[in-house]
Amino acid sequence: MNHEELLYAETHEWLHLAEQNGDKIATIGISAFAVEALTDLVYIQLPEIGQKVAVGESFGEVESVKAVSDLYSPIEGEVIEVNESLADDLEALSTDPYGKGWVAKIKLTDEGGLADLLDADSYQKQCSDG
Amino acid sequence: MTSTLAQTPLHSWHVSHVGRMVDFAGWSMPVQYSSIVAEHRATRCHVGVFDISHMGRIRIGGPDRVEFLDHLSTRQMTDLAEGCIRYSLLCNESGGILDDVLVYRFADQLDAHWLLVVNAANRHKIASWLEQQSHAFEVELEDLTATTAMIAVQGPLSVQVIPRVIAAPPDHSFTKLKYYQSQRGTFHNTRVLVSRTGYTGEDGFELILPTEIALELWNAILECDPDYGAQAAGLGARDTLRLEAGMPLYGHELTEEINPLQANLRFAVNLQGRDFIGRESLQMIQYELGQPRRVGLQLEGRRVPREGYRVLSDRAEVGHVTSGTFSPTLEVPLAMAYVTPQVATEGSKLHVDIRGKNVAARVVKLPFYRRK
Repeated sequence: MNHEELLYAETHEWLHLAEQNGDKIATIGISAFAVEALTDLVYIQLPEIGQKVAVGESFGEVESVKAVSDLYSPIEGEVIEVNESLADDLEALSTDPYGKGWVAKIKLTDEGGLADLLDADSYQKQCSDG
Repeated sequence: MTSTLAQTPLHSWHVSHVGRMVDFAGWSMPVQYSSIVAEHRATRCHVGVFDISHMGRIRIGGPDRVEFLDHLSTRQMTDLAEGCIRYSLLCNESGGILDDVLVYRFADQLDAHWLLVVNAANRHKIASWLEQQSHAFEVELEDLTATTAMIAVQGPLSVQVIPRVIAAPPDHSFTKLKYYQSQRGTFHNTRVLVSRTGYTGEDGFELILPTEIALELWNAILECDPDYGAQAAGLGARDTLRLEAGMPLYGHELTEEINPLQANLRFAVNLQGRDFIGRESLQMIQYELGQPRRVGLQLEGRRVPREGYRVLSDRAEVGHVTSGTFSPTLEVPLAMAYVTPQVATEGSKLHVDIRGKNVAARVVKLPFYRRK
């Protein structure tokens, strides 16, 4: 996925929106900036399929040697798919954060959260101002 | 914001080598350069080089220096031989730990003195404590922290590196320096104190030197020979290394509310035939059952136990984690914790509450890692 065309949450999750059978499906992952900041990842707690998530709600956790961080859902919806392969290949989060490193797919039940997301330029600016 | 933090003589090197600088006990220190795991492994397999200039260095001179230190120290100091170093604790009257320290006695006959290396976070507290306790003694105290730097060179190949960079006095060799002994050497005609000590569980050396030569010596160590793979390492790796080695860290395993006996530091307490501050309390405490004890925990899975997490036995809280990490060497989650004595035995099956989930843990022997 081209990271220039993705949307970003201030909490460093990226989101790619697609239509599927009339539903809006968001693929969500962790930005390269956030993965780089965390370093030494050791574990990811994925959400469960069928789990309902609200905007700003924790839907997973990543552990690094140094700290644990929540993954926050940028949107409201239902988890329809999770990237099980990450359990054995955490490296994908850093080597291919916008591809093989995706975390979950969520079917939107409300589009409210989308308006608050940043485009790539604004997100980049937030990171460099950090 | 960083202007209020103290800087070591190597600060500009850390910044220019993309060290992630954090506030550690009022010092701007690198937590890591590349990755904690990479720096940790470099230290276990080759050489890790750490700026530890933030550690407090207090010189103790004067005719009563030996009696003074013996009076403050849980461990006997009167029999410490010249050139030797001893790990000890300073306690308050109730036996609570004020700090854990290294005490150096020097062979220098012209300028006889001892040196106390204390934790950065406790430096001012200990300086005042020494001052306060010194009235009945003829001693001279001087804080050398600002005028000296301290560098730790740790790892199996550090014994190859040190002699290449620092010249030993005639008839001496740093390769023959014994564990917990020190020796003066020179680097570009400047005196450097070399000791075979460390906080990583590996063979290694710690150097104390004037600030003026810090950067030059630091670079000389890193560039000494690429075959040895000497790599700068930050406080993050220092923490994971000491944790694997089962070494307590002040502010976590050790506080003024913790006494040496429950911290499993009985070896650093000499109660017989001498008096020191805290002795009476420790004498009593040694017969008190029921105090929480420091233990090592190994957890199942890959989730990381962290400071403050609750330790449970059959759903009842029996203690808490004081330090935890995902061990880069053993590749399992490890923690040190204080738990009630009933469950503080090896093999005891417990749980750690990791953010609302109970993860199976068992009490294991410390240290978690011992070098071959």
